[in-house]
Amino acid sequence: MVWDRGAVSDSFPLLLAGLVVTLEITVLGSLLAYVLGLVFALIRRLRVPVLNQAVYLFVEFIRSTPLLVQVFVFFWVLQPAVGLPISAFASGVIVIGVHYACYTSEVYRAGIEAIPQGQWEAATALNLPRTRVWSGVILPQSVPRVVPALGNYTISMFKETPLLLAIGVQDLLNRAKEYGAETFSVTEAYTMAGAFFLVISYVASLLVRRLESRVGQL
Amino acid sequence: MISFDDVDKSWGPNHVLKKLNFHVKPAEKVSIIGPSGSGKTTILRILMTLENPDEGIVTVDGDELWNVERGRRIRRETTQMKLTRRKIGMVFQQFNLFPHLSAIQNVMEAPIQVLGMSKNEAHERAKGLLDTVGLGEHLDHKPPKLSGGQQQRVAIARAMAMRPKVMLFDEVTSALDPELVGDVLDVIRDLATSTDMTMLLVTHEMRFAEEISDRVVMFDGGVAVEQGPPQKIFQDPDNERTRRFLKAVLEH
Ligand SMILES: Nc1ncnc2c1ncn2[C@@H]1O[C@H](COP(=O)(O)OP(=O)(O)OP(=O)(O)O)[C@@H](O)[C@H]1O
Ligand SMILES: [Mg+2]
Repeated sequence: MVWDRGAVSDSFPLLLAGLVVTLEITVLGSLLAYVLGLVFALIRRLRVPVLNQAVYLFVEFIRSTPLLVQVFVFFWVLQPAVGLPISAFASGVIVIGVHYACYTSEVYRAGIEAIPQGQWEAATALNLPRTRVWSGVILPQSVPRVVPALGNYTISMFKETPLLLAIGVQDLLNRAKEYGAETFSVTEAYTMAGAFFLVISYVASLLVRRLESRVGQL
Repeated sequence: MISFDDVDKSWGPNHVLKKLNFHVKPAEKVSIIGPSGSGKTTILRILMTLENPDEGIVTVDGDELWNVERGRRIRRETTQMKLTRRKIGMVFQQFNLFPHLSAIQNVMEAPIQVLGMSKNEAHERAKGLLDTVGLGEHLDHKPPKLSGGQQQRVAIARAMAMRPKVMLFDEVTSALDPELVGDVLDVIRDLATSTDMTMLLVTHEMRFAEEISDRVVMFDGGVAVEQGPPQKIFQDPDNERTRRFLKAVLEH
């Protein structure tokens, strides 16, 4: 096995294009997971009739089935059944985002429960309307505290995006695979893909750790 | 101004209020004393609608706050209740300021959100109140940067900003270091002498209670065992339990 330096520079543009796709999925999927997770948490906490039970069952279902199965079911079963042509990329974002929303909702729930009872009572004593209690008192205190936990889920998501190659998303790993198949420089392609993941995850987790210590001082 | 008629409250076997009848006149300053667990906080919390009675009628300024028949389902938030509740303000033992908001934002929050006041107007009012409680220099500080005594004075200003007719104080100096108690009591004394607000204080500061109250009520075992003018209660109580309680407290 020889390390071919030429292959490294040669494959770089292709892998970079893949990395961009991987990052796009991570960013869009995270945004979906952040927003939807909060919506799920609020539905559960406010015990919105019907939706509450629906969210409960949905979260249980998502958490007890593998992500890859969810990807296949969405892309090969649901999507054709509904008849809406959704690209592999968009399907990936939706499935991963919704999947992680089921975990971030738990993060938000814990963040909301960590707010002392006295805050609710002070809000009641001041007669603040319910919506204002949430938007002005509870969420501004709980959301900053959960940012590091959300960051950790984003890192996990980033590392799980490669399984989307199963539906043909042109992500980093898929590009590495493609390059390897065409040029037989498998070693270089996969090693570089791994290195990209390593560096980005590592830097991101350092950032999250810094955020954690800042949040610890809140 | 406040009336409790046959109000009952228990937690399991713990019968905290037993057919309580308790009335407070407009502008009256009433101190509530009594041993731990006698239901003093519960009375204030029922008024603030943080707790519901199991039975009985509670009115404030002629408006019904609670009207509960035993066994009936209790509605926690009726429109009537919300309107009546506006007449009441409460200061808590643990301050319960909003820690993410500055002192002045804490005070402006309810006037803007509940009374629909403009930002400028609310700011004016909040600044005036914070000046009065001696925090004019700390308008933009967040609660964690303030001492306990300062936080409690912000909390008083915050409650005052809604111009309540009734103010409830639940052991508002108990969580403070001794050297900070005086400033908070000064603020409450000012309110007591300069306003015609009805005030209900749960307190262990007997001297302060004696000084500012029109009436002192001694609670024990779910009932008001004795009440009267402060001089009478503190110097020459009739009830044996009052006597024992005061002796125990004053020995500390
Ligand atoms: N949410 C609750 N659940 C169960 N029991 C409660 C609850 N709130 C109060 N109690 C009980 O009711 C009784 C009266 O409580 P309350 O807080 O009114 O007493 P208190 O007179 O204010 O006492 P303290 O001087 O210690 O503050 C106590 O025995 C307390 O344990
Ligand atoms: Mg108490």
